[in-house]
Amino acid sequence: MSDIFLRILSFWQDLVDISEKHQLINRMGRFIEYSVVGRKLPTDADPNPKLYRMRIFAPNEVVAKSRFWYYLRQLKKAKKASGEIVGVNVIHEKKPLKVKNFAIWIKYDSRSGTHNMVKEFRALSRAEAVEAMYQDMAARHRARFRSVQILRVAEVEKKDDIRRPYIKQLLEPGLRFPLPHRNTKSKAWFAASRPSTWA
Amino acid sequence: MVAQPSNFKRFVEVGRVVLVNEGPSAGKLAVIVEIIDHNRALIDGPTTSVPRQPFSYRNLILTPYTLARLPRGAGSGPVKKAIEKAGVMEKWEASGWAKKLAARQLRTTSNDFDRFQIQLAKRARRDLVSKAFVKEKKAAA
Repeated sequence: MSDIFLRILSFWQDLVDISEKHQLINRMGRFIEYSVVGRKLPTDADPNPKLYRMRIFAPNEVVAKSRFWYYLRQLKKAKKASGEIVGVNVIHEKKPLKVKNFAIWIKYDSRSGTHNMVKEFRALSRAEAVEAMYQDMAARHRARFRSVQILRVAEVEKKDDIRRPYIKQLLEPGLRFPLPHRNTKSKAWFAASRPSTWA
Repeated sequence: MVAQPSNFKRFVEVGRVVLVNEGPSAGKLAVIVEIIDHNRALIDGPTTSVPRQPFSYRNLILTPYTLARLPRGAGSGPVKKAIEKAGVMEKWEASGWAKKLAARQLRTTSNDFDRFQIQLAKRARRDLVSKAFVKEKKAAA
């Protein structure tokens, strides 16, 4: 009997370990900023084709290259079958411990049409802001990754240039607020009393 | 924002000392250096070796201590100086909260021999108490 109990416990521990690992991956962020450089394949008519460079936000290199060709074939007469990727590099955040305000310009295909939007985010890195943007678009507009095109990501340096009130309110001097609803959880396997949920 | 009268005593604010409740730095003190948004703050604990990092309020506990007039986004050096000037670590170590956490930590890390020694100590204490009690009882009778 106790043997079964121990086995269940160890199984639980494994599950907890796995979920902690996933949390770690999530904390690292799902998006990475890549600089992708590519060109058309050289031909006799054009032995030195023009190089194109794009900043792409993607979870990995494969998706980054794929998005590069997606955008390039919309903008220029070039496609993957007749082109090549020259380089893919990760762009790291210059100051990853400074809190910045980012504005993100996007084009978004809704169910009934196409819209342009400017959203603002407070984050430590461009990639983090983009991740927040995709989450926000998914939550408010049920938009998927494929229906959102990022046009521009820029840091808003001046406080007066912030447009959205939800970011403005975080920049007030002397900002403070309480944490009114704390849900404290026992870290033990067994709790002596039921958790209270009313406050 | 003018500080309005409030029933709350502890606020999320720049300079608030917090107890980290999750992750590798769990159980250590840190300071809110900048408020990122409604869910996260940038924290730093130069005296307790908590690295500067974003942290969710969900995994932080606000303590009654604050560092007065800490500027937004202060570096680790000034934060360390402010902590030392305010004497936060001394106040924390003298508090019942910290002592309780330390005692709990000691108890969870105690081994079989430690528990045996506690058993003996408790037995000795019981002996003293019961003897004193009997003596008092006889004197009263």
